[in-house]
Amino acid sequence: MKADSAVVRDALGVGVAVGLSGFAFGVTAAGAGLDVLQICALSLLVFTGASQFALVGALAAGGNPFTAAAGAFFLGTRNAFYGLRLSQLLAVRRVVRPLAAHWVIDETTAVALAQPTRRAARIGFTVTGLTLYVLWNLTTLLGALGAEAIGDTNAWGLDAAGPAVFLALLAPMLRTTTDRVVAGIAAVLGLGLLPVLPAGVPVLVAALAAPAVLWWQGRTAGKRKGAGR
Amino acid sequence: MNVWIAIGVTAAACYLVKLTGLLVPAGVLERPLVQRLAALLPVALLAALTAQQTFGAGDALVLDARAAGLAAAAVALVLRAPFLVVVAAAVVVTAGVRALGG
Repeated sequence: MKADSAVVRDALGVGVAVGLSGFAFGVTAAGAGLDVLQICALSLLVFTGASQFALVGALAAGGNPFTAAAGAFFLGTRNAFYGLRLSQLLAVRRVVRPLAAHWVIDETTAVALAQPTRRAARIGFTVTGLTLYVLWNLTTLLGALGAEAIGDTNAWGLDAAGPAVFLALLAPMLRTTTDRVVAGIAAVLGLGLLPVLPAGVPVLVAALAAPAVLWWQGRTAGKRKGAGR
Repeated sequence: MNVWIAIGVTAAACYLVKLTGLLVPAGVLERPLVQRLAALLPVALLAALTAQQTFGAGDALVLDARAAGLAAAAVALVLRAPFLVVVAAAVVVTAGVRALGG
């Protein structure tokens, strides 16, 4: 049995750490030429960090609005799969779903999935979502306003915050050999396809590592059964 | 104007995707294969994102100070450091390596 306070502490830890990285987004988006209102609208309305970074990156590179949005959308499709897991785990009431949906992202999913009970998962999801939403939007605003003062954000190592956050979310999910094989293949695919496919697409192709490994496992299990007959 | 179009399309699409996941009927999820897939897909996506954000620069692959930062984060994770410490380790080490000319 995990105490509520322990769940809240975990959730706050994730919410605060990731929420503060909105600063990096604000600075990056300002550097890409977006104005403060546009940058804040992204954090308020899109609220899924990787998609936001992908969008401003594509706009800065001169992509047209629809291809830029497509890349951000592809990155955001993973949230649908998080929702699949969460709807079971949290058993969100129908009327609350449209509200809860906005908070279905990497971090809230990771915290909720790490909890042993439904009650703990609900607390984890809500506290992470609330902390992260408030802080992410505040630090986005600060980053957008302070972008000129800070100079080169990469010199401050802020571009390493994103991958570190993803790694910290991923680590507790790597429980079985299957998990690790999927992660390894996905990482290789994500990197290998980066130079050849449009922004956002390599990540989606890398996600195919999951069904591919499951299919391969099913096939070898079937063969073994056949050989034993 | 173009930027606002991109923001509007992205916001609507990303929200609909989130909502879709929550609205899929529970019966669809009772199949063991679907459950295993739903558990493994985030693993694949997070691994790919971690790799890309560490070694990607636009559509090119690079090995720079971020790799050292990520290694520091990995060490912090193995030592069971709190989340904020993991992220801080990555940022500080990356900045440090860059300051040293890496």
